[in-house]
Amino acid sequence: MVRRLGLTGNEAIAYAVKQCDVGLVSAYPITPQTIIVERISDYVANGEIDTEFVCVESEHSALSACIGASLTGLRVFTATASQGLALMHEVLYATSGLRCPIVMAVANRALSAPLNIHGDHSDMMGSRDCGWIQIFAENVQEAYDWTIQSFKIAEHPDVQLPVAVNIDGFTLTHCLEDIEVLEKEDVEKFLPPRKPIYRIDPEKPMTFGAWAMPEYYYKFKLQQQEAMENSIKVFKQVADEYGKLTGRNYGVIQSYGLEGSKVAIMALGSTCGTLRHVAKILRETKGLKVGVIKLWLYRPIPEDDFISTVENVETLIVLDRALSPGAVFGPLGSDVASMIVKRNLDFRLLNYTYGLGGDEVSMDLADKLLRLAVKVAEGVKPTSLTGYLREVV
Amino acid sequence: MSKYDVVMGAIIPKPRSSIENKTGGWRTRKPVIDVQKCVNCLICWIYCPDTSIIRLEKYVAVNYDYCKGCGICAEECPRKAITMVEEG
Ligand code: SF4
Ligand code: SF4
Repeated sequence: MVRRLGLTGNEAIAYAVKQCDVGLVSAYPITPQTIIVERISDYVANGEIDTEFVCVESEHSALSACIGASLTGLRVFTATASQGLALMHEVLYATSGLRCPIVMAVANRALSAPLNIHGDHSDMMGSRDCGWIQIFAENVQEAYDWTIQSFKIAEHPDVQLPVAVNIDGFTLTHCLEDIEVLEKEDVEKFLPPRKPIYRIDPEKPMTFGAWAMPEYYYKFKLQQQEAMENSIKVFKQVADEYGKLTGRNYGVIQSYGLEGSKVAIMALGSTCGTLRHVAKILRETKGLKVGVIKLWLYRPIPEDDFISTVENVETLIVLDRALSPGAVFGPLGSDVASMIVKRNLDFRLLNYTYGLGGDEVSMDLADKLLRLAVKVAEGVKPTSLTGYLREVV
Repeated sequence: MSKYDVVMGAIIPKPRSSIENKTGGWRTRKPVIDVQKCVNCLICWIYCPDTSIIRLEKYVAVNYDYCKGCGICAEECPRKAITMVEEG
């Protein structure tokens, strides 16, 4: 029996956490994430779950409390956004370095100044190298589904790394969607209790958080990198199993309309829905063929899957929802460029920034972008290979 | 599994391994106790950050296996019974 609920992205994540037998949540409220932890604290207060909710005075403390709890072997969740993620920055590295499989929702929001509470990816991209697995959800259904899958990926013995589930601020956090949810028993079967490899136990004392001399430090970091690489395989296994359970098939990368088109747009998160929608309209009404590529998994970057996806692509426009001031390309653009160079591929790469501080990608803007893509593919020189989307199309 | 011979997350699963690692080698100066002046007040024993002051019956001694030579004991001793001497 499929159960449907009308939930916002924040509520969907809280609902998923409710079903995942989470031992502890510690968080500090911040827009546009607040509703996630508000809902969880409701569940706790109403006795619907026996999760411990730890109130703290900052995000730095929130994630620190999560680390302590995770090291005792509990399943742990937290959520944050924007300045909150920035304040957690140093603790993010401690989480991954200590190999704590914590799951965190990041309600992507712009960074100050100027003050802005709306969506963009500056927060996550600012902490891109923190050693967390980073997933970007496109819609509310995905936000729910990825939260459940994330615990299983994070806690896998070959992974043991934290996972950040990114959802676009307001576009996903506050918009209501009709989604399918699982029954609690099915989630329990899919996600058995966490089996920690090492944990704080007074009966068996161990040292956590030791320091490492130069001859060891790099080994720990490379071992962490190894776990990141392992996670791609685990990620796919978990997605397959989840697909069998729900009929919703996920993976590391999703593409639309690449058959017969030599040009594609690539992005992360909710914008992909708009792009795909417009691409479909243009294909059906004007015969214009533009593909849309979405990365579900941003870290580790699924290099092999990306390369096979773009096999027939000649022109790729990569969209970045974060500015990298002073750089040639934005973060995703740079990732794509590095994969192309490594494999010695030959195709035209454009990289535009868009959507800063909630600047909306309307259907009209997406339409202009896709038409530009078609022209570039036909050999027309674009005004600029980089720049801000609204200004270049 | 891993090709690196270290324990995940720099966890030290075996307790008391710090005892095996003698850290006295970091020292450039060593505290020397004048047992004639020492009144066994144990202020140095309280202050030593590396628990390297050994309590004896009438006075104190230094455990040079772990003393890192910070000089806190010499600074705090009210009897000026501890002198920091350059390591040879
Ligand atoms: S502080 Fe000085 S007097 Fe007191 S126990 Fe230590 S060495 Fe002796
Ligand atoms: S020099 Fe420092 S480490 Fe050594 S005994 Fe004195 S206080 Fe302890």
